[in-house]
Amino acid sequence: MMTTKEIKEIIALVKDSNLSELKIRKKDFEIAIKTDKYQKIQGIQATSVAMPAPMVSAPVPAAATPAAVTKEDTVEDENPTAGLLEVKSPIVGTFYRSSSPDKDAFVKVGDSINVGSVVCIVEAMKLFNEIESEVAGKIVKVMIEDSSPVEYDQVLFLVDPKG
Amino acid sequence: MFKKILIANRGEIALRVIRTCKEMGIKTVAVYSTADKESLHVRFADEAVCIGPPSSTESYLSVSKIMAAVEITNADAIHPGYGFLAENSDFAEVCTEYGIKFIGPSPAMIRKMGDKITAKETMVAAGVPVIPGSEGLVKSVKAGIAISGDMGYPIIIKATAGGGGKGMRIVWKEEDFEDNWDKAKQESKASFGNDGVYIEKYIEEPRHIEFQILGDQYGKVIHMSERDCSIQRRHQKLLEECPSPFLTKKLRTEMGKAAVLAGECINYEGVGTVEFLVDKYKKFYFMEMNTRIQVEHPVTEEVMDLDLIKEQIKVAAGEKITSGNYLPSGHAIECRINAEDPYNNFRPSPGNIQSFHSPKGHGIRVDTHVYAGYKIPPYYDSMIAKIICRARNREDCIKKMQRALDEFILEGVKTTIPFHSQLMKNEEFKSGNFNTGFINDFVLE
Repeated sequence: MMTTKEIKEIIALVKDSNLSELKIRKKDFEIAIKTDKYQKIQGIQATSVAMPAPMVSAPVPAAATPAAVTKEDTVEDENPTAGLLEVKSPIVGTFYRSSSPDKDAFVKVGDSINVGSVVCIVEAMKLFNEIESEVAGKIVKVMIEDSSPVEYDQVLFLVDPKG
Repeated sequence: MFKKILIANRGEIALRVIRTCKEMGIKTVAVYSTADKESLHVRFADEAVCIGPPSSTESYLSVSKIMAAVEITNADAIHPGYGFLAENSDFAEVCTEYGIKFIGPSPAMIRKMGDKITAKETMVAAGVPVIPGSEGLVKSVKAGIAISGDMGYPIIIKATAGGGGKGMRIVWKEEDFEDNWDKAKQESKASFGNDGVYIEKYIEEPRHIEFQILGDQYGKVIHMSERDCSIQRRHQKLLEECPSPFLTKKLRTEMGKAAVLAGECINYEGVGTVEFLVDKYKKFYFMEMNTRIQVEHPVTEEVMDLDLIKEQIKVAAGEKITSGNYLPSGHAIECRINAEDPYNNFRPSPGNIQSFHSPKGHGIRVDTHVYAGYKIPPYYDSMIAKIICRARNREDCIKKMQRALDEFILEGVKTTIPFHSQLMKNEEFKSGNFNTGFINDFVLE
């Protein structure tokens, strides 16, 4: 049986490697990890976008904790976020850092943003929604990996209002 | 068979669907508003996606948010539960467009049965008895009197824009017609700004008896007998039971046939409920059809060894119905427990559930999404639990329900448990001789 810590370590390993898929099977336990880092993202006008999300399926017995999509693999350890503001997703969909794969990200760590600045795209049902920030300050952290699914109220960026 | 089902609902029905999916080896996705973060359906689903703020319009009723959740989780089917989008043909249409199976009937079937006038016309064409009435609006007193004379009194004048009992007048004889006509139209104009009225035969001492049906994708429709839902308050069901204490074998056969006919004539797919009114002469009339799984479905399950959610999923996946109609064995009663204060006009009572012990034991089933420490959100309906008892006969079932209600401990909010306790001791209820007017004479001590 793997502990949550061990699973997190494996996920980190896969993320940092060139692997796109890893399967481990033990006597009574199986884990499969897939990433889409090598799938191309089509342009904005295209009708089909590669289905996103590093998928973690771990059929762990005993207490069933719902694997809320995206939470485990991309969020780094919680820093003290005192005084930092959050930019949260107002909709459900797929998070993109830039308006197309060949363009630069809307914002990077260290950039200053204002209220109304477009910080990212969240795509749902082929509609690409530009997400505008409701806060102003300096981007301190990007909380979500590019092309990951996000849910309502999920924190996308941490912003230092004093920056 | 589906690999992953997203349940577009909350509360006890979401949990209910998740349970059956687990048994069938199907993965589940729960969607939830921020108010439902600690809800059981979120805990027990394999995956959960937060789709919006507490308001239903921005969460459980939001087609775009739910479809976005389907996209990011790769679900291949949606179970809409009851309420919310369950009978929304636009939503069913969107699912079809996106290649996601909507577990239920097609958008066309939903539309056909959703419009009362179209539904009635469809039934008439199929030969199912309907409540006799005027064809559309009645334009003058003269026309009204003529129609009423043909139908036979008593009749009821109803506002076409009406609801909540307003703009309605019962007329017992021709001499009273004109006066009631004027009053109905006046009230209708004042309440809805529209004084259009139509006329229906007034069903005396009506009983609300509905038939459960199931249709597959190949045209086969079967019925699973009836549920008597006559105990209602302001058109909200409080208690349901199967079999109905009022039906005879003959009536069950006739009504069952009519219910199956209703399903067959629209090629119905999925679970559905055909609602009838039965008058004191044991004549039955089609009232309306619900194209979804109903709150009270466990009552049918308990007297039939059936899992209706499983049957629903099976036909949606293209399986054929191989059985005939189902008849009840034994007796089952369901009491809907709401977080309402029965001593204060059933005012909603949201809040924190401090202690919780649900009744258990032989013949007791409790479908609920609440637990000790759960905070009942004020944004949604007030039903918090369903107690379903089954026993060999109605008398034993009532005794069991009484025991179950006594055993139920729920502290921190007001509930309708005291109401149901008194109901179980009521002589009229125990005699099985009641109709939809029962509640009007019931006084809570």
